[in-house]
Amino acid sequence: MATEFHNLQELRHSASLATKVFIQRDYSDSTICKFQTKFPAELDSRIERSLFEVTMKTLNCYYAEAEKIGGQSYLEGCLACATAYIIFLCMETRYEKILKKISMYIQEQNEKVYAPRGLLLTDPIERGMRVIEISIFEDSGSTSSSSSGSSPTSSTAQ
Amino acid sequence: MMKNREYQQIDPQALATPTPTPPPRPLPEHKPKRARRKWEVFPGKNRFYCNGRIIVARQSGVLPLTLGLILLTSGLFFVFDCPFLVKHLTSCIPAIGGVLFVFVVISLFQTSFTDPGILPRATPEEAADIEKQIDNPTGSSSSYRPPPRTKEVIINQQVVKLKYCFTCKIFRPPRTSHCSLCDNCVERFDHHCPWVGNCVGKRNYRFFYTFVVSLSFLTAFIFGCVTTHLALSFHTYLVAANLTTNEDIKGSWSGKSGNEDVGNPYSYNSMIKNCCSVLCGPMPPSLIDRRGFVPSDDSVQTSPVEIELPAAKNDINMCTHGTKGLLETASRSPLLTSSCPQAKPQAAPAFLEPLPEVTPSPALEPAKTTAGRQSTNTPHKHHSHHRSKGKQASHHTHKTSNSSPRPHHSHSSRRKDSKNRDPKFSSLR
Repeated sequence: MATEFHNLQELRHSASLATKVFIQRDYSDSTICKFQTKFPAELDSRIERSLFEVTMKTLNCYYAEAEKIGGQSYLEGCLACATAYIIFLCMETRYEKILKKISMYIQEQNEKVYAPRGLLLTDPIERGMRVIEISIFEDSGSTSSSSSGSSPTSSTAQ
Repeated sequence: MMKNREYQQIDPQALATPTPTPPPRPLPEHKPKRARRKWEVFPGKNRFYCNGRIIVARQSGVLPLTLGLILLTSGLFFVFDCPFLVKHLTSCIPAIGGVLFVFVVISLFQTSFTDPGILPRATPEEAADIEKQIDNPTGSSSSYRPPPRTKEVIINQQVVKLKYCFTCKIFRPPRTSHCSLCDNCVERFDHHCPWVGNCVGKRNYRFFYTFVVSLSFLTAFIFGCVTTHLALSFHTYLVAANLTTNEDIKGSWSGKSGNEDVGNPYSYNSMIKNCCSVLCGPMPPSLIDRRGFVPSDDSVQTSPVEIELPAAKNDINMCTHGTKGLLETASRSPLLTSSCPQAKPQAAPAFLEPLPEVTPSPALEPAKTTAGRQSTNTPHKHHSHHRSKGKQASHHTHKTSNSSPRPHHSHSSRRKDSKNRDPKFSSLR
């Protein structure tokens, strides 16, 4: 099963979407961007818990760094205020730079970890930073089309 | 290979119906002819410009009014106040004003045209997942019952309820509120500001604050400059210097001939005193008596006689005229009545009495000699009577300046020309 999909292209070719799992936001630390690290039941047979937790924790670290209030953010904020925020038109903010890093990390994780297991991580920025969407694919070529842990209504959820 | 290619979200629709065409080539039958941007299908009540770069609320509110007021006030300031103040003070004034104006306009545009922190609405899968999670605890699969409206979370040891938004189909994050005017959930929602025509939220609050603060500074700056302009203006200067326009133009006190010692003699040398005297001094009455009546012809002849009475040289004329007639006119003189209020009831009848019973008295002799011009007896008789009455009248005269035993002397002392003094009239004073 793990070697069934070598890359995302193969996933696209032969897989059919079974269900989607949504990792919700964790608001225990106020409104900063942080996702729950609770392992969803639907992924129980798909991926190791440790790999999932590493991915989640790394993403949370990235977001914490982006939203960190420190020297660099103060400098950027004061400079922007002094120039009537015109520099935002010229340069990329620190948050945007880290979002690019996150996007690259998710792509890398998808290629190395999740795609071979028939999973696909969606960048939270595509979903308004509300959820991390994990798509679970089933091999359309396989006879056993039953998806693990999915509800009968998943196919009509599109 | 995959690392070089930009990562794209796999379309579930495309995956559901796999096609035989190779993946790198786009699938024309699944993609529309013109790729639409997300702003074109945005569900909220917003308007977009510059191909989605600029976002405003559907109701622009009074943003044009706000902008118009700022431009008008600043324009008037730059056109009318700045040239005067640059000449009299410093050229920094338009520079500072310009910087503030630029700050105000830029921060206003940024507040109005920036996404305030709109949360995109949930995808159908997401909404279904939320409903599924809510229905799970009950065990029933009824889809007609709406999901519970709140979800409790603990934030910093405090319970916070998250509300479910039926429009956006999400549980709103903390401090997020749904704006009914924009029909969007906005993160860290502050308020919907009609002056800027947009919501104020997490992403544009700093622009809004900069706008408000810089606008306050600009308003205060313009107000200060206008006040300074008025203070330095022409007539305020004249009032403070106690000058007239005529004097200022002619340079009466400013040393037109190069003499610096010439100063305004009317100035109190204090701005406040000058202002007080010019603006708050006593109001003089009108001298032209606009509503008075023009006098008729009969009263024209008597008036010169009354006027001539106090004059010194008129005494000579008085001697030649009838004494009684003169005494009658004298009684009507305002000088007589005003100078001797206490003697009025006594003096008036005293002078109007017929005087034939007057007998010459020894006191008359020195009066004769001092008078020097009495030629008829009648005046003497009158004189003696007058002198006796004059003694009484002299006591009531409050203008007596010396304590001479002779009453006529006391009266005559007020007169400048002693030679023309007539004792007949000494008591009249």
